[in-house]
Amino acid sequence: MARAAVLGRLTWRVATVVAVRPENARAVTIVLDVPGWPGHLAGQHVDLRLTAEDGYQTQRSYSVASAPDGDQVELTVVEVDDGEVSEYLTTTVAAGDQLEVRGPVGGWFVWRPDAPGPFRPVMLVAGGSGLVPLMAMIRVRAESAAKAPFRLVYSVRDTGSLLYREELDRLSRKDGGLHVTFAFTRTAPPGSAWRAGRITARLLAEAGWPSVDEPDVFVCGPTGFVESAANLLVDLGHDPQRIRTERFGSPGGRP
Amino acid sequence: MTQSRLDGNALAGNLSEIFRVDITAAFGQCTHCKNGGPVAETWVFSSAAGMVARCPVCAEVVLRLVRDTGRAWLDLSGLDCLQIAIPDDPPPA
Amino acid sequence: MAIVSRGFKGRGRSSDPDLPPGQYLVTDFPVLSAGPTPRVDLRRWQLKLVTETGDTQTWDWPALQALPREDITVDLHCVTKWSKLGTRWTGISLDTLLDGITTAAGFALVGSYGGYTTNLPLADLRDGQAWIAFSYEGGDLDPEHGGPARLLVPHLYLWKSAKWVNEIRLQEQDTQGFWESVGYHNYGDPWQEQRYWGD
Repeated sequence: MARAAVLGRLTWRVATVVAVRPENARAVTIVLDVPGWPGHLAGQHVDLRLTAEDGYQTQRSYSVASAPDGDQVELTVVEVDDGEVSEYLTTTVAAGDQLEVRGPVGGWFVWRPDAPGPFRPVMLVAGGSGLVPLMAMIRVRAESAAKAPFRLVYSVRDTGSLLYREELDRLSRKDGGLHVTFAFTRTAPPGSAWRAGRITARLLAEAGWPSVDEPDVFVCGPTGFVESAANLLVDLGHDPQRIRTERFGSPGGRP
Repeated sequence: MTQSRLDGNALAGNLSEIFRVDITAAFGQCTHCKNGGPVAETWVFSSAAGMVARCPVCAEVVLRLVRDTGRAWLDLSGLDCLQIAIPDDPPPA
Repeated sequence: MAIVSRGFKGRGRSSDPDLPPGQYLVTDFPVLSAGPTPRVDLRRWQLKLVTETGDTQTWDWPALQALPREDITVDLHCVTKWSKLGTRWTGISLDTLLDGITTAAGFALVGSYGGYTTNLPLADLRDGQAWIAFSYEGGDLDPEHGGPARLLVPHLYLWKSAKWVNEIRLQEQDTQGFWESVGYHNYGDPWQEQRYWGD
């Protein structure tokens, strides 16, 4: 049975925004300084709490995007239509501002580079902002010595919606053990080998690991995407017990 | 509509206030249909003032969690039990 | 004490002296649920009223629609602190449904398609305080908001207004419903801010 993840402090702690980096026209990465951060595993998330001056309070969950790095934690937020929190985080928040975070939490949807047991390749299937926790896995892998081979299938609306494009290109060129396939559902770039359209069994079979290789599979994105992708993977012969999923209620974070 | 449904990963934050170890990775057996799996794979419906986790096989309620200021209510009666991994101390050198 | 995040305002809301304590006004209509939205075929829809002796009266959709209906304008107060004023509904008063029913019961347990339940005193369903509502703002009630029909009891917090209502069971003893058994207040008067046990 998997080793349990030990949790961070039980209560809310204050995080200070160090920087805000645009990722695309509708997404930013927020770099937080969280004094006493206990570290985290790739795939874990935090709950973020915001309080307005009149006392109104609301929370959302965001996956940690970065590999562990002392007190620094990065979250990537995609703006959601009518999203009161994502709008604030993508347009207003700035260096010096303070937010409250609780975590890291989540012990199921995690990847450990040093997991005991037989060597397994890893397959990552991302729908939109579902890439964020998988990017943490990719970044942790980049820093680790023993590298399980990774294949990422990243389904996204169009090139304007891509996250971490340059970094993914750079990392996949670096050691040959990370293979990335972009699948555009609305508008594919000219000359792309993949036609625009929803994720299919053929795409997963060709861009992912064959089921005989028994990869560990992580699927993340909106609920509908995760359920389609997981069903297709099982149809392709992947063992359901080796498929881990995380559903987002809406792009950019879970209310 | 399926978009309104999350999974048990969404319980992790609130459960972390109550349990010392992560419960979302724990395996539970549904009282109603006796199927089992990780809490992380349950269907979660979040009502802002309460969270409900349902068995992904039979859709019956397996867990309910309500949070007020300074207190919480947790109902696990929809689970026969939980199998929880607890980190052991390393063996003495 | 939580820290305030500079510049965070949240979606449009205001406080209004006419609101119950702790509530704020919204202009949208949030959807909160304890389970998947049931899809109910009107050809099979039924509402049962069961007394403490087991006497049962059942209405199918045409029978419900044939009853005298009322157009009402009411305020909604959710335990999660949002309130929506002046909402317009059409429905059948519980007084109409209870007319002619013989009962000594003091309590009601209301049930829904999908298994949700909520409890309240029978007196709170009478005297123009409750409706089986099937139309919202001039249109059919959306399944997300409880359609084809929901209970509407606006003087209590909105969790008492059971969506997808299909049964009203009259009882001599009070029984806690879905949320009442896991922390929500047994009665739920917004004007006394009765959100949770002991409030």
